[in-house]
Amino acid sequence: MHRTKVRVVEDALDANNTIAGANRSDFDRSDVTVVNLMSAPGAGKTTLLERALEDIAEEGLRVGVLEGDVQGSFDADRLSVLHIPVVQLNTDNGFGGECHLDANMVRSALPAVPLDKIDVLIVENVGNLVCPAEFRIGEDSRIMVCSVTEGEDKPLKYPLMFRACELVIINKVDLLQHLDFDVDRLEANIKQVNHDATVMRVSAKTGEGVDEVRAWLKALPARVAAEAAHDHDHADHDHPDHEHAPA
Amino acid sequence: MHEFDLSNAIVQTVNKHAAGRRVTHITLRVGRLRQVVKDTLLFYLAIVGKDTPCEGATLEIVDVPAVLRCNTCENEWEIEIPAFICGTCGPGAVEVATGEEFMVESIEVEDEEDAACTAPR
Repeated sequence: MHRTKVRVVEDALDANNTIAGANRSDFDRSDVTVVNLMSAPGAGKTTLLERALEDIAEEGLRVGVLEGDVQGSFDADRLSVLHIPVVQLNTDNGFGGECHLDANMVRSALPAVPLDKIDVLIVENVGNLVCPAEFRIGEDSRIMVCSVTEGEDKPLKYPLMFRACELVIINKVDLLQHLDFDVDRLEANIKQVNHDATVMRVSAKTGEGVDEVRAWLKALPARVAAEAAHDHDHADHDHPDHEHAPA
Repeated sequence: MHEFDLSNAIVQTVNKHAAGRRVTHITLRVGRLRQVVKDTLLFYLAIVGKDTPCEGATLEIVDVPAVLRCNTCENEWEIEIPAFICGTCGPGAVEVATGEEFMVESIEVEDEEDAACTAPR
């Protein structure tokens, strides 16, 4: 038997990224902008969606939600009162499920998502600050929710997640008066790991700051389209081999 | 805990390139910013690689330091804590030079003797 060294030099996540690219093509074909919404468990993703998506169709934005959960349809049930398309995606195989969504799981759920009837698809990932940051699902933008009950140092402990996101929503600010929590320090820590992130202070419970989130969502499709057009021009003129690499 | 899925991704990539040959050694480049716990990765790789061409392969993890570059002053420096800020110019033009790698660099496979002799050198 003879041993041969084989040069590979391949990102081990290429297989996932390829499927994410296929998802992306499907989204682009239907002109749907996709948001990957991530947080630790209990940060308030679903409550935020309940608030932020209320009657948003009346303001001209058709939103659908893909709900990723380890088990159950509690979150999807809560969102059903919004009268928007909500699709449940469980990661459980019967013995405890995946801790994140990957491109293939999202792909398997796509046939149930009415892409031709929505402008924005929000994919609510499984609550977790580590794994979801690793796996692209074909999204245009990533949002994370962190809450003021979690500790100011979280950006320094989970830099991969905080660096991956374009918008960081600090939730539960209505609780600040009861807590010994330095929200300015949290924001400084976010900026230390991700200077370009937009940071919003929100209470999904009282509604404080939620309008800002709605405005951000409503502006997203046009901004993504403008960036894609710019990248496309850029690619044609300067970098013929340019790939839209994940951030 | 993401190490389980990362192990799956490694095994998939390696087996694709092994093309049915038994894999004896895997060299992986892992950037410090990936937050990968080496021992956990080794533990899961043994499980995930079982009954595949990867079974029994030794794993070598090459650490890639987290190096930032400032596009304003063109300085490069290694970081030990997550502070993505240039000491001279501030945070505006800082980018990651190295440290985000998660790459199968090479594998060692067993070839049949005959095949090895006729293979192009």
